[in-house]
Amino acid sequence: MDTRKLFILPLVAIAAMFAYAPYAIHAAPYESTMGLVQKIFYFHVPAAMAMFLSAFVCGIASAVFLFGRKEKADRLALSAAELTVLFGLIVLISGPLWARKAWGVWWQWDARLTSTLILWLVFQAYLLLRRYGGPGSDRLAAGVAIFGAANVPFVYWSVNVWRTLHPPTNVVRTLEPEMMWPFMWSAIAYLGLYGLMLAARYRLENRRAELEEIYLAAED
Amino acid sequence: MSFLRTVWLIVRKDFLIEARSREVLYTTLFFAVSCVLVFAFGFVREGRPLEDAASGILWIAIAFSGTLALGRAFERERQSETLRALLIAPIDRPALYVGKLVGVLLLLFVVELIIVPLVALMFQAPLFDHALLMMGLLVAGTIGFAAVGTLFAAMLVRARSRDVLLPVLLYPITIPVIIAGVRGTAALLEGDPNIAVARMWLSMLFFFDVVFVTLALWTFEPVMTE
Repeated sequence: MDTRKLFILPLVAIAAMFAYAPYAIHAAPYESTMGLVQKIFYFHVPAAMAMFLSAFVCGIASAVFLFGRKEKADRLALSAAELTVLFGLIVLISGPLWARKAWGVWWQWDARLTSTLILWLVFQAYLLLRRYGGPGSDRLAAGVAIFGAANVPFVYWSVNVWRTLHPPTNVVRTLEPEMMWPFMWSAIAYLGLYGLMLAARYRLENRRAELEEIYLAAED
Repeated sequence: MSFLRTVWLIVRKDFLIEARSREVLYTTLFFAVSCVLVFAFGFVREGRPLEDAASGILWIAIAFSGTLALGRAFERERQSETLRALLIAPIDRPALYVGKLVGVLLLLFVVELIIVPLVALMFQAPLFDHALLMMGLLVAGTIGFAAVGTLFAAMLVRARSRDVLLPVLLYPITIPVIIAGVRGTAALLEGDPNIAVARMWLSMLFFFDVVFVTLALWTFEPVMTE
C-alpha cells in the first residue's frame, strides 16, 4: 500500500485546525496587563512544547540506536533533530518579539531563554556533525544527542539559580477557561503538525535507506 | 589486567611521549597566555581592569586552551593509528577513557598553575584569598569540561573536519560547567567575598562532574565501537 495516502486525513485535519486557530485566538479575552501582545502566547508556547518533545524523542531514539543498534532509531533521531531546530527557530523568533513588548528588551539571560537557546545550539551541532562528520558520524551524533538531552535540565537549573524573569510553566494550569481552550486548540494543532512532519520525515529517511540498499544490490 | 593498572599504563605512556617532545604542553601554555593577553587588551580601560572581568577571562582561557590540548592529544593518537591499537588491545574501554581523561587533566592543571597567577596579576584579582575554595572550583570545573571533552575528542578522531567540530559540539554541552565556574569565581572576587554562594556553585560543579563522567563512561564503549 502507498503509505502516502495515510497522510491525507491528518493533513486535512491539521490544516483545518490551523485555519480556525486565528478565530479562536481572536475570540479569546485580552490579558489584563499585556493586552494584545499576549496573544503571541498561543503561538510561542505550543511551538516550545513541540521543540522540547522533539529533543526528547531525539535523545531517546539516539540511546536506542547506540545501545540497541537499531538503524531505524537513528533515522527517527535524525528526523527529530531537524524538527527540534525548526520548531526552536519559531520559539526563538516569537519569544523576543513578545519580550520586546512585555519586558522592554529583546533578550534576557533568563533560565528558560538560555536553556532553550543552548538546546537549539546542541541540535544545530548535531546536524553539523551529521552533515560534515563523514562516515560513522551517526554513532558520534547519537552520543552528542544523549548529552544534549541530559544537559537541558542542568542549564535550566544553573541559570535559574542565577536569575529568572520568564513566567513559570504553571501559568498554563491557571489560565481562565476562555484563554484555556484556544490555547489547547493551538497546542493540539502544533503537536499534530509536529507528529505529521516527523512521520513524513521518518518515512523519507526510510525510503532513502531502501534506495541505498537497492543501489548496493544492483552494483553487486 | 585490573582497571587501575590499565589507567596507570595509559597515563604513563602519554606522560612519557609528552615528556620527550613537550609539544602539547608548550603550545597550549603559550596559547593560554596569549589568550589572557588578548583579553587584557580588550577589558582594561585607562589602566584599570573592568569589574567582574577576571573570572570570565580565566574560565574562557581554560576552555579555549582545553579545546586546543584535547585536539592535539588525540591528533597524536590518530597520526600513527595508535588509538586503533589501543581499542584492539584486550583492555576495558572505560579504563582507556579514564586514562586519557587523567592525562588531559594533568596537562590542564599545569596550564592553570601558570594562568591563574597571571590573571591575578594582570587584573588585580584576589584569586588567592580563598585559595582552597578557588582550587576546588578549578579542579571540579576542569574535570567537568575535560570529561565531556575527552569523550568528544576521542570519538571525533575518525570524523572529517574534526578540528572545527570539537568546539562546536563541546561548548554548548559544557556551558553549565562554565556558568558555574565563572559565577563561583566571581562570588570569591567580590569586594566582600560571598563564600556561601561560591560553595553552592562548587557543589553544583561536583554534581555536574558525577553526571558527565558517568554518562561518558556509559557512552564511550558504544561510540568507539566501529
